[in-house]
Amino acid sequence: MPDREHTSKHYEEELRRLKDKLLLMSHKAEQMISDSIRSLVDRKPVLAEEVISRDDEIDKLEIEIDNLCYEILALEQPVARDLRFIATALKIVKDIERIGDIAVNIAERAMELMNEPELKRLVDLPIMADAAQKILKESLDAFVNSDAELAEKVIFNDNVVDDLYEQIFRELLTYMLEDPRAISRAIKLIFIAKHLERVGDHSANIAEMVIFLVRGQDIRHGTRLDRGR
Amino acid sequence: MGDPVKINVQNANFYYGTHQALYDVSMKVKPQFVTALIGPSGCGKSTFLRSLNRMNDLIPGARLEGKVELDGENVYGDQMDVIHLRRRVGMIFQRSNPFPMSIYDNVAYGVRVNGLAKKRFQLDEIVEKTLTAAALWEEVKDRLHRSAMSLSGGQQQRLCIARALAVEPEVLLMDEPASALDPISTAKIEELVYNLKRDYTIVVVTHNMQQAARISDETGFFLTGRLVEFNETKRIFTAPANRETEDYITGRFG
Repeated sequence: MPDREHTSKHYEEELRRLKDKLLLMSHKAEQMISDSIRSLVDRKPVLAEEVISRDDEIDKLEIEIDNLCYEILALEQPVARDLRFIATALKIVKDIERIGDIAVNIAERAMELMNEPELKRLVDLPIMADAAQKILKESLDAFVNSDAELAEKVIFNDNVVDDLYEQIFRELLTYMLEDPRAISRAIKLIFIAKHLERVGDHSANIAEMVIFLVRGQDIRHGTRLDRGR
Repeated sequence: MGDPVKINVQNANFYYGTHQALYDVSMKVKPQFVTALIGPSGCGKSTFLRSLNRMNDLIPGARLEGKVELDGENVYGDQMDVIHLRRRVGMIFQRSNPFPMSIYDNVAYGVRVNGLAKKRFQLDEIVEKTLTAAALWEEVKDRLHRSAMSLSGGQQQRLCIARALAVEPEVLLMDEPASALDPISTAKIEELVYNLKRDYTIVVVTHNMQQAARISDETGFFLTGRLVEFNETKRIFTAPANRETEDYITGRFG
């Protein structure tokens, strides 16, 4: 359903600018997660360092987006869908910023792991990374296209990421039990898995806000959808 | 069963001669509620407001089909005394229209005409009480016998509200009561409306959507003579049910 444009071209432009900034920021965060995992799997310290350095861009965009939201609230007094859009922007900007931080954390652990021999060939972690990145991408697509059904799918698929985390955790536990020298590396890999699990949670948060944006109903904390756990 | 209803409008169609201004409008106005009517010019909201106390009777060729009830009593019935109806359902207009007489006499006018006060001290009491209710007493108590024309625009509008309150109405109809006022006077009128709803049922037409959002409990959105959506005000301004409502209140005028 195409949206009608505001009679005020200036207002329309401001909302467009806000949306573009959110898209740019989410694209950068998505890329950072993907690169941080690649730096780990391919053992590329340069790429890991690059991810860490890119966090500043995300932080800068967060502040710009916040300021733009306050300006629109003060000057245009948005209501209804526009109001829900601003509320959504103010909330998901925080999730996206945290996703950037998580990419930095993964890159830092990856750099530490590169100083030591490989504990094992990474099989499940890339699968989990794919699953987490997929729902991250879908949550952002759902936002861009105001697609509440895709958002519902994201919320459901967050469970898949949670399950993968449990599986990886148990597997790495066996490595630690077998050989105490593996503990430090295994713990770092568990941290990374935990970070990816948090990417899933932030994606689900974004998806919940998309449902609020589109339908005007608040489904957080299991008020409408069964989120499994 | 159901919420109490002060004014019940069912399937109202309104005509100015051959021109139809309202199409099949139904609305239940709740007692002690502020009900706001919004919509673009010519949408029928003022016609609807005026049909509630038969202000449209004065326009040649105007007629209403359908039902308008005040406390279950047919407003357009043969038994309805229109003068009495307008005492029960008072009206405040966009432009304040104080009579060219003193502040005191403006408020006392309706009371005298209707013989509501037997003694001078009773009249004094009513004047003080209603000027207080209209949040004007403190500003005018020392100059009650000065001309009403000496008051500012915002004070004049509150005087008109006091004048309407003096005859003890049950319902107040307001047709853009603050559209000609500065922000401070507007804020005073809005605060007044908010406080008056404890004792009165208020229906207010406004072009200022922020004002509707601030002061009303329920809001009706009119478009080309139809009541498109009638809903809780907080619902209308956060998540309206109707797309046309959403487009209008967000400023997408096509």
